[in-house]
Amino acid sequence: MSAISPIPNSGSNTTTISTVGAPSRRNTELALLAFAVLLPCFAYANVGLALDGEMPSGMLGYGIGLGLMAGVGHLVVRKFAKYADPLLLPLATLLNGIGLVIIWRLDQSPRLMARKAFAPAATNQLLFSALGIALFVAVLIFLKDHRILQRYTYISMAVALALLVAPMFFPAVYGARIWITIPGLGSIQPGEFAKIVLSIFFAGYLMVKRDALALASRRFMGLYLPRGRDLGPILAVWAFSILILVFETDLGTSLLFFGMFVVMLYVATERTSWIVFGLLMSAVGAVAVASFEHHVQQRVDAWQHPFDAFKDGSSDQIAQALMAFGSGGVFGTGWGQGHSDLIGFAANSDFILATVGEELGLAGVMAILLIYGLIVERGVRTALAARDPFGKLLATGLSGAFAIQVFVVAGGVMGLIPLTGMTMPFMAQGGSSVIANWALIAVLIKISDTARRPAPAPAPNPDAEMTQVVRP
Amino acid sequence: MSELTLTVMRLGFLAVLWLFVIVAVQVIRSDLFGTRVTQRGSRRGGDTRPQRAQAPAAPPQQRQQQQPGGRRADRGRRGAPTKLVVSEGSLTGTTVALQGQTISLGRAHDSTIVLDDDYASSRHARIYPDRDGQWIVEDLGSTNGTYLDRTRLTTPTPIPLGAPIRIGKTVIELRK
Repeated sequence: MSAISPIPNSGSNTTTISTVGAPSRRNTELALLAFAVLLPCFAYANVGLALDGEMPSGMLGYGIGLGLMAGVGHLVVRKFAKYADPLLLPLATLLNGIGLVIIWRLDQSPRLMARKAFAPAATNQLLFSALGIALFVAVLIFLKDHRILQRYTYISMAVALALLVAPMFFPAVYGARIWITIPGLGSIQPGEFAKIVLSIFFAGYLMVKRDALALASRRFMGLYLPRGRDLGPILAVWAFSILILVFETDLGTSLLFFGMFVVMLYVATERTSWIVFGLLMSAVGAVAVASFEHHVQQRVDAWQHPFDAFKDGSSDQIAQALMAFGSGGVFGTGWGQGHSDLIGFAANSDFILATVGEELGLAGVMAILLIYGLIVERGVRTALAARDPFGKLLATGLSGAFAIQVFVVAGGVMGLIPLTGMTMPFMAQGGSSVIANWALIAVLIKISDTARRPAPAPAPNPDAEMTQVVRP
Repeated sequence: MSELTLTVMRLGFLAVLWLFVIVAVQVIRSDLFGTRVTQRGSRRGGDTRPQRAQAPAAPPQQRQQQQPGGRRADRGRRGAPTKLVVSEGSLTGTTVALQGQTISLGRAHDSTIVLDDDYASSRHARIYPDRDGQWIVEDLGSTNGTYLDRTRLTTPTPIPLGAPIRIGKTVIELRK
């Protein structure tokens, strides 16, 4: 189908604008995916050569494992989400692969092995990644249409509340109550799953309420002030995130949760005033809680004076991470040749970015952050392309949550904001995180499949207006 | 492992990592535009500056064509038309290159030239080349008829170069 349109002021020059039939781009995805599997294999070999001077023995198993995961993911996308975005799967696979290499590399460190709390995690993490891919596949197969999720708006709210509240009843681990411990099975971090469920609730809720929130407002000093009663939801979410902060002493989840709501509120209503309110409220909340909650206060102190905390021995992690970034320089020390294992505890989870910073340098960190950025960009692009408001809001919420999480963790490790106990999506060691993020990518892929699918042709109705007859 | 090998591997890995990012961005770039824009007929323009610059190099025949008067003289000469020009009606100025494909005209959305003309039928006429490359116009049973010069078409008719074909308020002609 094509239409001819003359362009003004160009004489008889014309341009033909034809819609390109939406290509499915699965082969592009396959090529990128092969790239994304080979790159971590290269890194893996590099670590082995640098540490022992020979090819690592686990190389074959690792390569086959990652390749199988990527291959299964690709085949399922080909079958069940034919028009999906070609970038999301390769980008996520690359991050997951590089994360696995770093975790394995830290397993090789004798310094970490000497610590009592440390256990080799690479095998487990590979297993969790496979579980993540399994959940990814399950979501793609069983979620026929993302709009089905809209029916579960208020059920999602209840589930999300349960997931967020549950950790309060379990003992605090390392000062934060964000785990649910099931004896004999291990522990899960429900906050990671809550972010998906919550974005379903926010999307469903805001889709219905956005007109009231956007239109019923007074204009004051260039800002649209919402009516008092419309402030209800944002106040409720704010209060709830403060409660999380107080009772679970988890700055990260609380920030993620509130930030995601403000982002979605802004996207749904197009009112800048919500962002102003959100920033003010989160600042007030954070300062108020930090002034009396001991755990949060400690984190803020360690952030403001990392080297004081290093000297008196109360918390050396941030200082060690900063030194790791510093010793990496622009091009890094090379795989396996850094000393980021000095960070010790959580070197392979919360602080995994410091290892990237030391061994790959600024160039590597920038590339990794760009890859995260590209995932977020593809999410927002999906939201733009989606045809239904629920899909738009859901894709915005999921990519917003992903972006906030990356910002909170990277900012914390680099000393931009106080450190919070959150995991770098896909890279950090931790089962809940990698599984939940694969599910998140699956939902995004499903939305993008619907969004990029060629629209059904408009009903042919050329004779809506009858041809006028020339009467002599 | 020698220091040199490790350095090469270190920089090599960074290079490949960035290559991946660049390839990914290229994929996005090709994805940004939902439509393909093709420039057509830029050599035939009347008065744009780049064409002036080309004019001395162009063969004299082509230079002649750039003047409106030259076209009339060409009409008698043998030669296949290369484009279809809308000379009257709401689409005035539109040209379509003739590349051996059938051109359908009408108000229907799937026509090659969608006429925004109340007096045109949804599938009004079509223009196609016959086996010898001669362009033929055929009325498709339209309400108000298709006129070649002043005569209403009843059968598929060869189109002389430059003869006006009238469809409703729209007039098109074939030009070299």
